[in-house]
Amino acid sequence: MAEYQNIFTSVQVRGPAYAGVALPEGGVYTRQGKPFYAYWLGKLGDAQVGPFYLGFTGLASLLCGFIAIEIIGLNMLASVNWDWIQFLRQLPWLALEPPSPKYGISIPPLNEGGWWLMAGFFLTTAILLWWVRMYRRAIALGLGTHVAWAFASAIWLYLVLGFIRPLLMGSWSEAVPFGIFPHLDWTAAFSIRYGNLFYNPFHMLSIAFLYGSALLFAMHGATILAVSRFGGDRELEQVVDRGTAAERAALFWRWTMGFNATMESIHRWAWWFAVLCPLVGGIGILLTGTVVDNWYLWGVKHGLAPSYPIVFPPVTDPAQGALP
Amino acid sequence: MKNRTLSGVLGISFVLLLAACEAPPPATTQIGYRGLGMEQVVNPATRDRVLAANVVPDAPPLASADGPRASEVFQNVPVLGHLSAAEFTRLMVSMTSWVSPEQGCNYCHVPTDLASDSVYTKVVARRMLQMTQHINSNQGDVAAHVGTTGVTCYTCHRGHPIPQNVWSIDPGPPQAGGFAAHRNGQNLASAVVGYTSLPYDPFAPLLGDGAQVRVVSSEALPRKGGTGPTIQATEATYGLMMHVSDALGVNCTYCHNSRSFAAWDSSSAARVTAWHAIRTVRDINTHYIEPLAPILPAANKGPGGDVLKANCATCHQGLNKPLNGVSMLKDYPELVGARPTPAAATPGPAAMPAPPAPST
Repeated sequence: MAEYQNIFTSVQVRGPAYAGVALPEGGVYTRQGKPFYAYWLGKLGDAQVGPFYLGFTGLASLLCGFIAIEIIGLNMLASVNWDWIQFLRQLPWLALEPPSPKYGISIPPLNEGGWWLMAGFFLTTAILLWWVRMYRRAIALGLGTHVAWAFASAIWLYLVLGFIRPLLMGSWSEAVPFGIFPHLDWTAAFSIRYGNLFYNPFHMLSIAFLYGSALLFAMHGATILAVSRFGGDRELEQVVDRGTAAERAALFWRWTMGFNATMESIHRWAWWFAVLCPLVGGIGILLTGTVVDNWYLWGVKHGLAPSYPIVFPPVTDPAQGALP
Repeated sequence: MKNRTLSGVLGISFVLLLAACEAPPPATTQIGYRGLGMEQVVNPATRDRVLAANVVPDAPPLASADGPRASEVFQNVPVLGHLSAAEFTRLMVSMTSWVSPEQGCNYCHVPTDLASDSVYTKVVARRMLQMTQHINSNQGDVAAHVGTTGVTCYTCHRGHPIPQNVWSIDPGPPQAGGFAAHRNGQNLASAVVGYTSLPYDPFAPLLGDGAQVRVVSSEALPRKGGTGPTIQATEATYGLMMHVSDALGVNCTYCHNSRSFAAWDSSSAARVTAWHAIRTVRDINTHYIEPLAPILPAANKGPGGDVLKANCATCHQGLNKPLNGVSMLKDYPELVGARPTPAAATPGPAAMPAPPAPST
């Protein structure tokens, strides 16, 4: 009998490779590649690799993504004077910066943010095309479009950060640079500039859904692994035909926390937690600078930020009266 | 069974790997209300090293303040002429040991004519003495920043003719020209800003040009039609703060309650000191150091051709109080108290600046 008490997948099913259900009639593109098995990939997921379906949107998306990465990478290389050694050494620090504030939302020269705008355009196109591809592949397989809409939630946050909010603020300079550390430093600077994002209620919600997603994922994964010895891994069957696995799992959670999800509802919980994380996060970003300029002071104003006992004697602004 | 042992070993090694990142374990001191993360984190080994490197040198016995004045015994002593000749000579010897221990007296003086101003370093030294007297005057911003602790040449020089911790306008390493994107003065691995990708020269705008350090809005809601400080300005301020933290060997929470970097009512008294310190540094850079540019050789200038200037690390060198707060002034009363030093009394190149205007 298969053992599920392992870090990695311990069962690899090897049969004749399956090509998948037939594609709808009249399509231009077909599936490509002869399927093969990879043992080490089988440790993480399905050992079968291929066949692939790229299609028009997939091809166009990869092309746009390639152009975006190329623009970003070559400009990073240019920022260290085409020095490959420095490029490799400092790659995490390098970035393609958005236009400076003086350009507002006009189109700046290439070297002062034009490339950033162009990279953003191609990256966004690539992401949106990939979304269309996900949506259409789901339809082609007769699936629901849950994955596409969950992805759309992430795209919403991406568009708010890099496009919608800068437009509302009237400046591309409010957007995020393309770079590994630079986008993290941007995030910290963004929070500082707008008076601490932790006092933004939508940021709070987003964090709750982020951590909540991790918690639900852990609880669900653990529960199913734990009851798989009773056939609990056949989750969808257990939704409508509840067997001893579902009963034991439910009983376990009722014993430990008094309430339990069902084999169906846990997946709705997980989907909504994951989708709401970037959805409410995007709302929080959209309100920052446009509607609220200092989240800490906003929190004080609305009784959200508590006051604490004074430990060291309070000080006053030495510039009071000297500055407007 | 074998798998379980392997997992156990891997798990324990992982924990060890995480836990053993910094040895000895850093010491944490609570400095604010509990539960707020108001604490200082210090690595004892690093702190011991820094303390050992910041020890005040032994002082020679004090000289008598009586006797003929230096101005009567020596020629061309406009700044220190009020001292006794014995005090003056003692100070000259000390200055040599602080600033040019290897080069000796002749680093500034013409051996055959000690009064001559023909060596530029002597003119610079005179101006630096005026700066030291100004800082020790205990007035204005320096009173709130330096207080009665005061400074000597050693505070910055530590045996080097040019202090080790200085800054100049940093254009950064070369970048491709043409239509390739500019990096806007940031996004390189720079020790100046604690190896973040923040602007690698926060000094030129904030300690040189005196740009606004404050970037956080003072009102909850945006002002109608107004545009507040930019993200880029915020990153420069953030970069400067990384320098302050590094130069003083302290965390952000030494001055700020990090829940609101801007709020003064939850900040510590050290933040007020730092506010005056930033103005002190701008003041001495603008009024004492930069005006020396015409007489300084290229070795004392940065790649942009501007003079090497002071920042927090110039004096602090890793400690929240330079030389761990030990005042050298009791051993060097010669440097206390700024006597009026009108610019007219200062001979030398025409570039000599007027006395500093009171800073605001």
